[in-house]
Amino acid sequence: MTPAVIAFYLFAVSTLAGGLFTVIARNPVHSVLWLILAFLSSAGLFVLLGAEFVAMLLIIVYVGAVAVLFLFVVMMLDIDFAALKAEMARYMPLALLIGVVLLMQLGIALGAWTISEGAEMRRAVPVEGGIHNTQGLGLVLYDRYILLFQLAGLILLVAMVGAIVLTLRHRSDVKRQNVLAQMYRDPKTAMELKDVKPGQGLQR
Amino acid sequence: MVDFFTTTNLGIVLLVLGQCLLVLVPILVSLAFLMYADRKVWAAVQMRRGPNIVGAFGLLQSFADFLKYIVKEIVVPAGADKSVFFLAPMIAFIVPIVAWAVIPFNDGWVLADLNVALLYIFAISSLEVYGVIMGGWASNSKYPFLGSLRSAAQMISYEVSIGLIIIGVIISTGSLNLTDIVRAQDGDWGIFNWYWLAHFPMLFLFFISALAETNRPPFDLPEAESELVAGYQVEYSSTPFLLFMIGELMAVVLMCALVSLLFLGGWLSPIPGLPDGVLWMAGKMVFCFFIFAMVKAITPRYRYDQLMRLGWKVFLPMSLAWVVIVSFLAKFEVLGGAWARWTVGG
Repeated sequence: MTPAVIAFYLFAVSTLAGGLFTVIARNPVHSVLWLILAFLSSAGLFVLLGAEFVAMLLIIVYVGAVAVLFLFVVMMLDIDFAALKAEMARYMPLALLIGVVLLMQLGIALGAWTISEGAEMRRAVPVEGGIHNTQGLGLVLYDRYILLFQLAGLILLVAMVGAIVLTLRHRSDVKRQNVLAQMYRDPKTAMELKDVKPGQGLQR
Repeated sequence: MVDFFTTTNLGIVLLVLGQCLLVLVPILVSLAFLMYADRKVWAAVQMRRGPNIVGAFGLLQSFADFLKYIVKEIVVPAGADKSVFFLAPMIAFIVPIVAWAVIPFNDGWVLADLNVALLYIFAISSLEVYGVIMGGWASNSKYPFLGSLRSAAQMISYEVSIGLIIIGVIISTGSLNLTDIVRAQDGDWGIFNWYWLAHFPMLFLFFISALAETNRPPFDLPEAESELVAGYQVEYSSTPFLLFMIGELMAVVLMCALVSLLFLGGWLSPIPGLPDGVLWMAGKMVFCFFIFAMVKAITPRYRYDQLMRLGWKVFLPMSLAWVVIVSFLAKFEVLGGAWARWTVGG
């Protein structure tokens, strides 16, 4: 048992446990927290495979951004647990059926899988020639497949513009804050200093 | 003996544990004195004396506070989610500690010489928000929940600009490794070779983003006491509160280390000819911490909409534009490759 093997089993067990408890946890916030554990452990598995760049991206994107939004939404929801439980019993047969079908498909796929010669060795070294996988990914994405990468980016941009256009409303009945006008306000024009005589007050 | 520590599994584990302690213990001890320094600077600006009773000049004040915190009673609010309630301060404490694994203190003095060190730090600092959110939610109370929502939005917003600023530095260096980034700042001109000059406006943007990221004044809206009592920490007492506080301070010191490494040349000496070393690194970190403390003392708190506007409408466009500019400066090797350090052999 080398430390790497111990680490592998540790991460594997915590990934599976995280996934399992995501499904069976009663409280949805706990579910999201277990999901985060599953993300973190799978990032650990990526590190063990030598794909540290992907591992870090997994943490930054999924744990740092996506899961925070999940957590936000789930925390704000007011969920009735009893109703949720009743729903779960109703959909259980369907869920089980889908699960069995997926399991069988996986079994069929793995049964027909043949591992080619030398694949085991290549698994340990993701990129040939001793370059870091950050550099390797950069070369693949920005050199070899630059057109496809740019097209994917363009599609995302179009989707983003579409989402903004769909939700954009110009409301004219609200008072807007003009930040520049606020910053350029001058104390000299905004207020006036008066010398108030005792017992007389200010003349209008 | 050397064989035992470099070949056998047990030896390697012991060696790594020893190295971890070697990094961790000085940091934790120095935190106590940094806390004291923070309060002293704050007091000096306001013409007070600050802590001056425990020990000579109040030097042992932090240790007295420490004892006070751990012997107090732990109060768990009714209806709190107990497991998450206690998990939150642990996360807030452990996450900033873990990040120190990749911080080099001198050439080669680093626990884990990762080639994605900067991404690692970025990933870890994106986890810090969980301590705050979980603490606020698990307290089952309104003020903490509002504080944690504010904090989550704030930390995510400023992470974006921090990430873009870091990309500029990465482009200039051609590496994500912190040791390589510091080595790239080495040169004949000493202090003028460091990235603070090449990436001039970004040093300030990074510093201000770091203030927001660590919830320090003037961006301490999650714990704005005039509106939210103490934000996500309201329901915490005793040791959990202490863990939150240490975690927060640790994140601040981590940001100081990051500013020193990315922009102020890490362990390099400012004057060519003087020897480089760990003392320069410590000095730069203390200097950054002093600025952090001064900012806390002399600036009023931002309003929440101002904070968000600053993050998304000012910092994000500026840092994004700087990434594009640096890419061009590096590609065409302007000024003899000042932004393309891998070409000049730094």
